Amino acid sequence: MFPRSFDYLAPESLDDALSMLAEHGEDAKVLAGGQSLIPLMKLRFAAPDYIIDINRITGLGSVHENGSLSVGALVRTHDIERSELIRRRYPAMAAAAPLISDPLVRNLGTVVGSLCHADPQGDWASVMLAMNADIVCRNGAAERRIPVSEFVQGPFTTTLDPTEIATEVDIPDPGADTFGTYMKLERKVGDFASVGVAVHLSFDGRKVERAGIGLTAVGPANIKATEAEQLLAGAELDGGTIARAADLCAEAADPHSDLRGSADYKRAMVRVFVSRALNAAAAGKAA
Amino acid sequence: MANKTISVTVNGGSKTSEVEPRRLLVHWIREALGLTGTHVGCDTSSCGACTVLLDGTPVKSCTMFAVQADGRRVTTVEGLQQDGKLHPIQEGFKEEHGLQCGFCTPGMMLMGAALLEENPDPSEDDVRWAISGNLCRCTGYQNIVKSVQWAAKRAASEQPGAHA
Ligand SMILES: Cc1cc2nc3c(=O)[nH]c(=O)nc-3n(C[C@H](O)[C@H](O)[C@H](O)COP(=O)(O)OP(=O)(O)OC[C@H]3O[C@@H](n4cnc5c(N)ncnc54)[C@H](O)[C@@H]3O)c2cc1C
Ligand code: FES
Ligand code: FES
Repeated sequence: MFPRSFDYLAPESLDDALSMLAEHGEDAKVLAGGQSLIPLMKLRFAAPDYIIDINRITGLGSVHENGSLSVGALVRTHDIERSELIRRRYPAMAAAAPLISDPLVRNLGTVVGSLCHADPQGDWASVMLAMNADIVCRNGAAERRIPVSEFVQGPFTTTLDPTEIATEVDIPDPGADTFGTYMKLERKVGDFASVGVAVHLSFDGRKVERAGIGLTAVGPANIKATEAEQLLAGAELDGGTIARAADLCAEAADPHSDLRGSADYKRAMVRVFVSRALNAAAAGKAA
Repeated sequence: MANKTISVTVNGGSKTSEVEPRRLLVHWIREALGLTGTHVGCDTSSCGACTVLLDGTPVKSCTMFAVQADGRRVTTVEGLQQDGKLHPIQEGFKEEHGLQCGFCTPGMMLMGAALLEENPDPSEDDVRWAISGNLCRCTGYQNIVKSVQWAAKRAASEQPGAHA
């Protein structure tokens, strides 16, 4: 399969990339890992006139903490999978990374690219919703921050302007006492989620201080389960609270029946995953 | 739509050619370079038959443009043997009957070789995890796993100072 012809631009600085985008805007596409864009181009669902390959730009490939966690636009899912810092401090990210696609795709696919692609079956957006992350974007010299909850609008749609480049995703400090996980039901390794659930909790003693829950593949975009988050904030994780939170998440889900399962089944799996995650968090507290 | 001139180090030798930007890396490797060991299985990014190493990292060459490889190092299955001597992974596939039709084999061997670079003594789980993006329709994977582990043992015994 051949994509339609295009001009290939490989800027070596972010400023050059931004001026190319300013010039070509709607006719151009940014290429990061290419693991979503290239398949779409081969099927001619995407047919840009210009490809702006950002892989030669230095300074976009780092994961570092400085009050918050910054994950640059060229950080691959594989980098997250291997990061000691992520394993220690950001368990929801550490749990999600190895469940995303397959090792070959993870070697190239980026976290930020996944967010920009905004596939409702994409896993990273749920994790970032749970962690209240922001996307940082540049447009010429102007920079803005967009909470992931406002960034993702619907299937394959974000609030990113065609002349903007997302330079990083910025994740708030989870605090010292945290719990996080990602649970994914998939038919086989490398498949997209039938259902995915990201849970991130920050504790103050036995009480949940902040709760974040993101749901994958059960709606037109990844869903932030705000009602369950509000219920959990300030609460202790007893059986009743866990059951109510799991019910609220199942209600927040808006799944469709398809090859991967019926809507009822998917909704039930949201309930199961949320309750498993919260029970694991409660068991961790009791230990 | 302007063509680009690219220079890529393929299996240790420098290759320069002019390519259309939309040309996929796998087609450049197979058609421009004549290295047909890299296979096209699904052409939809799902099977791993087109696996090559890009600066040592396994990638799907059907999901990458040749222009992206400009200035970089590509290893295909043809590059595994050195000076007429088979790579331990190639011997492993021979000894343990790691292939039947052979279609997935170049990808499997490159995944195995890349794994051994990082992890010289992989467990069965490690091997299965590493090849989880590569599909085989014939073997049931059992002998592929054994082949990679055979290669790990062989490579260890070839280390200077190792006890055979
Ligand atoms: C076989 C297969 C299985 C997969 N399975 C899963 C899975 O289970 N779960 C999952 O979540 N994903 C899955 N994916 C998708 C994969 O994770 C992608 O790599 C990811 O969604 C996109 O990241 P990328 O860096 O490859 O982006 P690209 O393909 O390069 O880009 C995707 C889109 O985002 C835009 N974009 C990228 N980066 C930027 C930026 N910095 N600024 C502005 N725009 C940008 C591009 O213009 C394009 O529109 C799978 C892919 C394949 C091929
Ligand atoms: S041919 Fe590239 S993944 Fe199947
Ligand atoms: S040996 Fe035939 S596909 Fe693997």
